Amino acid sequence: MDGSRGDGSKAAGGNGAPTKGKPYRVIGKPNPKVDAWDKCTGVTKFADDLVLPRMLHAKLLRSSVPHARIVRIDTSKAEKLRGVKAILTGKDLPIPYGILPVSQDEHALALEKVRMVGDPVAAIAAVDEDVATEAVDLIEVEYELLPAIASIQEALDNPETRIHEYGEFGNVHRRQVYEFGDVEAGFSEADFVREDLTFYEGSTHLPLEQHASLAQFFHDGKLTLWSSTQNPHYLHRSLAKVLELPQSHVRVIATPCGGGFGGKCDPFQHEIIVSKLAMVTGRPVKICLTREEVFYCHRGRHPVLMATKTGFKKDGSITAMHHRTFLDGGAYGGHGAASTFYTGVLQTTTYKIPHYRFEAVRVFTNKAPCGPKRGHGTPQGRFAQEVQMDKIAEQLGLDPAEMRQRHAVEPNSLTANWLRIGTTGMSQCIDKVVGGSRWKERFRKLPYGKGIGLACSAYMTGAGTAIYWNKMPHSGVQLKLDRSGGVTVFCGSSDIGQGSDSILAYIVAEELGIEPADIRVVTADTDLTPVDLGSYSSRVTLMTGNAAVQAAERAKKILVQAVSEKLEVPTDRLIFADRRVFDMENPEKGMSFAEAVWLAEAKFGTLGTTGSYTPPNAPGKFKGSGVGPSPAYSYCAAVAEVNVNPETGIVVVERVWMAHDGGQSINPVLVMGQVEGSIYMGLSEAMMEEMTYRGNRNVVHKFPSFLEYKSPTTFEMCDVITYLLEEPDSAGPFGAKEAGQGPLLPVPPAIANAVYDAVGVRIDEVPITPDKVLKAIRAKAKGQEGRFGPLNFPTCPMPEAVLVPTPWSGGTGESAKRETALAKA
Amino acid sequence: MKKVKKSSKRAAAQKAHITFKVNGEPVEVAFAPHKTLLEVLREDMALTGTKHGCELGECGCCAVLVDGQPVLSCLVLGLTVEGREVTTVEGMAEGARLDPLQEAFAELGAAQCGYCTPGILLTAKALLEKVPSPSRQQIQSALAGNLCRCTGYIKIYEAVELAAARKAGNPATPRRESVYGWQ
Repeated sequence: MDGSRGDGSKAAGGNGAPTKGKPYRVIGKPNPKVDAWDKCTGVTKFADDLVLPRMLHAKLLRSSVPHARIVRIDTSKAEKLRGVKAILTGKDLPIPYGILPVSQDEHALALEKVRMVGDPVAAIAAVDEDVATEAVDLIEVEYELLPAIASIQEALDNPETRIHEYGEFGNVHRRQVYEFGDVEAGFSEADFVREDLTFYEGSTHLPLEQHASLAQFFHDGKLTLWSSTQNPHYLHRSLAKVLELPQSHVRVIATPCGGGFGGKCDPFQHEIIVSKLAMVTGRPVKICLTREEVFYCHRGRHPVLMATKTGFKKDGSITAMHHRTFLDGGAYGGHGAASTFYTGVLQTTTYKIPHYRFEAVRVFTNKAPCGPKRGHGTPQGRFAQEVQMDKIAEQLGLDPAEMRQRHAVEPNSLTANWLRIGTTGMSQCIDKVVGGSRWKERFRKLPYGKGIGLACSAYMTGAGTAIYWNKMPHSGVQLKLDRSGGVTVFCGSSDIGQGSDSILAYIVAEELGIEPADIRVVTADTDLTPVDLGSYSSRVTLMTGNAAVQAAERAKKILVQAVSEKLEVPTDRLIFADRRVFDMENPEKGMSFAEAVWLAEAKFGTLGTTGSYTPPNAPGKFKGSGVGPSPAYSYCAAVAEVNVNPETGIVVVERVWMAHDGGQSINPVLVMGQVEGSIYMGLSEAMMEEMTYRGNRNVVHKFPSFLEYKSPTTFEMCDVITYLLEEPDSAGPFGAKEAGQGPLLPVPPAIANAVYDAVGVRIDEVPITPDKVLKAIRAKAKGQEGRFGPLNFPTCPMPEAVLVPTPWSGGTGESAKRETALAKA
Repeated sequence: MKKVKKSSKRAAAQKAHITFKVNGEPVEVAFAPHKTLLEVLREDMALTGTKHGCELGECGCCAVLVDGQPVLSCLVLGLTVEGREVTTVEGMAEGARLDPLQEAFAELGAAQCGYCTPGILLTAKALLEKVPSPSRQQIQSALAGNLCRCTGYIKIYEAVELAAARKAGNPATPRRESVYGWQ
C-alpha cells in the first residue's frame, strides 16, 4: 500500500495547529500511524491470518471441573480418528513456567491436577479444525473431585484444601506488610479518622482478537512461533525453558496484536502447546482460541476487597493512611505477586500522606487466574481512595476539588514509600475539569437524580524494574542507515494498537530531519530486534523512545563528521531538517540526507547505530521497593456527570471531562485515542463488567461470551471532553509521559461520587448496577444507611511489617527492620 | 490391528461449487457446504481482511457487505451468496484511491489495534450510502452492533463524520478538539 501513502508529512489538523514546547517538525503533530493504512485496508496480518503449507490445526481439551485430581486420561479413541496427527497430555510438557520467577506454577497441560474449569488437559493436532474438535470429544478423562474454592473467604476458611503446594500457607499465595513512618502517630494527630470498605469486581480484557499462535519447527532444530502476544521477550524465555531448547534456537515473532490491555502479557499454554506439536509432527501447527477459551486465559483485573483507614485534619490534610487489600487471585500466580503490591504502592502518589501502612493478601481460588489489566492492580486502590476523599470532603464541608488541590503531592518530591515524583500537573488538571464541567455552579446543586463527581489519579510511565532481575537495558534500538536515504529502526517492542511502532518512526524522523514515511520499522521479532521488555506498565514510549533518541544521536554524530569535512562547516553548526543536512548560518549550504549517508558510508563503512535505555535507580532500597518506582508519573483528573433514575436504579453516564498530564505528546491524536479508550474502559468497569462465576455450580464462568459479558456498545459510551496538559518531563523522550492506562483510573470513582451527588447514596463497589443503587436508595428511604458495599473484612494472620522510615524522618530508603533485629541480638 | 474411524463430518463434506462476485470480480469457489461465508472468504479465498471475534454474531468484526447491506459473515452460510455481490475491506478502495472512510480512519487514529476496523468500515460505508450526512445518533445506531475495545468509539464517530463531509465534496479537516483536545 506504499503507493497510496504519499509523503508522511500529511497530517490531520490542518496547517497552523499549535505545537507546544519546542518547534518540532514531527513531534507533537498528528501524523497518521505507520500501520494505519494497512489496518484500514485489510492488509495487516494478525496471527490467525497466517497460513503455512501443510499446516495442522490444534484444539485443546479443557477441564470441565474446577478442582480435581486426574485419575486417568484415555486418548485411544482420539488416536484412531483419521486426520489426527498428534496428541499431547501433561506428561509431554512436565516443566513448570510462569511470567514471574517467583511463580513458576503453571503447566502447559495439567500434570496431576486441574485447578479451574478451562485448564487444558490434552491437545490434538489434526489436519483441520473439525477433525481436531471431533478428536477432543473422543478423549476420556476421569477426575477425582476435590473441594472447590470460589471466593476469598472460602480460600481463607479452607486451608486444608490446598490449590497449590507453595505460597505462604493454606491458599494464601502472598502476604505483604509495609509501614512507612508511624501510622499510629499519624492517626493521633488527626482530627478525624475514618475507615471505609470498598470492593472492586474482577473484569477481563475482552480483546476483539482471540488469542492465536502458529508454530513451525525446522530440521536444524530451530523453532519459530508467531503469536498475538504483548511480550515476545518473556514468551521467548518461557518457551525455551519448557521446550528445553536453547534460547538461541527459539524465535518469537509478535504479530500485530488485536487488542491486549494486559491480557496477552503472560506466556500461555496454547503458545507452548503448538510449539511442542510442531516439534512432534514436523509440520506447522496453528491454534486460534474460541471466545470462550479467551475467557479462561483471562489474567484480568483482580477482584479486590479493601479497607482504607485514613486520619485527616479539618482542612482535609491527611495525617496517615492504613490501606488493606485482599485479592482473589484465581488458580495461578501469573503476575499476581506484582499485582498484590500494585493494590497499594501508588496510593501515595496523588496527595501528601506523611505515614502510610499497606497490607495485602492474595489468595488462590479455583477460577481463571487474574493478572495485569490496564492499570494493573491500581484502579482498585484508586477507587477506594478517591471515593473516600469524596466522603472526607463531605464530612468536612469542603469542596472536594479544592481540597484535593490543597493537599496534592508536590513536584520533584519523594513519597512516604520512596517513590520519586517528577512533574505533576494534577492541580492544573483539576482546574481544567472543574472549569469545563462548571463544577462550582453545579456540584451539590443539581436536581435530584442528576449529579457530578470528581476523582484524580496518577500512574507510572514504565515500571522501574524488569520482571526478572538483571542489569541490562529495558529497551534497545538499532538503526540501519542505507544509501536510499531511508532508515530502518529495529526494536523488540510490540505494537498492540497504541502506536508504538509509529512512535519509533516519529522520534527517529524528528532527530534525523527526515519524514516518518522515510522510515521502516521492524519490531517484535526476537531474532531480528534488540530486546525491549514488552508492552506493559505504560513503558514503551518512554523507554523505546529514549533508546531511539540515543541511537539517532549517535547516527547524527557519524553523519556530521562526513558532512562537515565535505562542506567545511563546523559540526556543531549542522542541522538536520527537511530531508537535508545544512549549515544553520547559511541554510543554502548543505546536502540531502541521502547524500550525507553516502559520504558517511564512504568514510566509515556500513552505517548502523544502537541506543538503549535503563530506568534510573529507585531511591527505595528495601525489599519490595522494586514495585512502584517509575521514571515519571502521569496525572489526571476527571469529572463524571450522571443521570440516576431513582425508580429503577439505572445510572446513565452522560459525559466525562478528563484532563490528562501526559507530558509532551509525541502525537496528540494518538494520546487522545489512549485517553478516550481509557475513559471507555473505566466506564465499562464502573458500570457493567463482571468476571463472575457460579459458585454453586462447579465454579463455571457465568457468561464467557461477548453477548452476556457486558461491555459498552456505541449506545452506552458517554460523551467525552478531553484536555491535554503537555508539560514536558525531563525523564521522557521530548518530555513525554504515559497516556494508555492512567486516565482509566479516576473514571470509576468519579462516577460513584457522581451517583452520590445525584441521589445521596454511596455505592462502594463496582460495577454500579441498578440493583445496588436501588437497594441503597430503598435503605436510605427506610432511615438506614444509604449505602451499598462490603460490610465485613476478612482476617488473616499477617507477618511483622517491613518498617521503612520516611524521607522526612531521616530515612535512607532502607528498611529499619534489620537494624532493629540486630539491636535486639 | 489399528482400526481407523472415519470422521462423520468429513464424510458428508462433498464440496459445493458456486459463483458470485467479490469486490467487483466474478469468482468460482468450491468449499465444504457447511462453511460460513466468513470461513469461505478467509480460508478458501485468502481474504483475511475479514476478521472474527466470536463466530457467534456478537461482536461485528466479521461484517461484510452483501449486495450493499452489512451482514455478519459468521452467521450466514457461504452457499447463500451464490449470484450475489460481496464487498470486503480489501475491495473498499477504488483502485489506488482509498475510500474516504479509510483515509479518515487512518488520519484520526480510529483504527487502534485495527481488529474491529474492517467490520466497522464496511458498516459505516453502508450507512453513508443510505444516509450521506448522518447525525452522531445515526452513526451510533448504525455501529451499535460493532464492538470496539480500544477507541471508546469517539475517533470512529469523528472519522465517519469527516468522511461524510469529504464525500459531499467538502474539503473538511478534523476538528481541533478531536486532535489536540479542548483548550
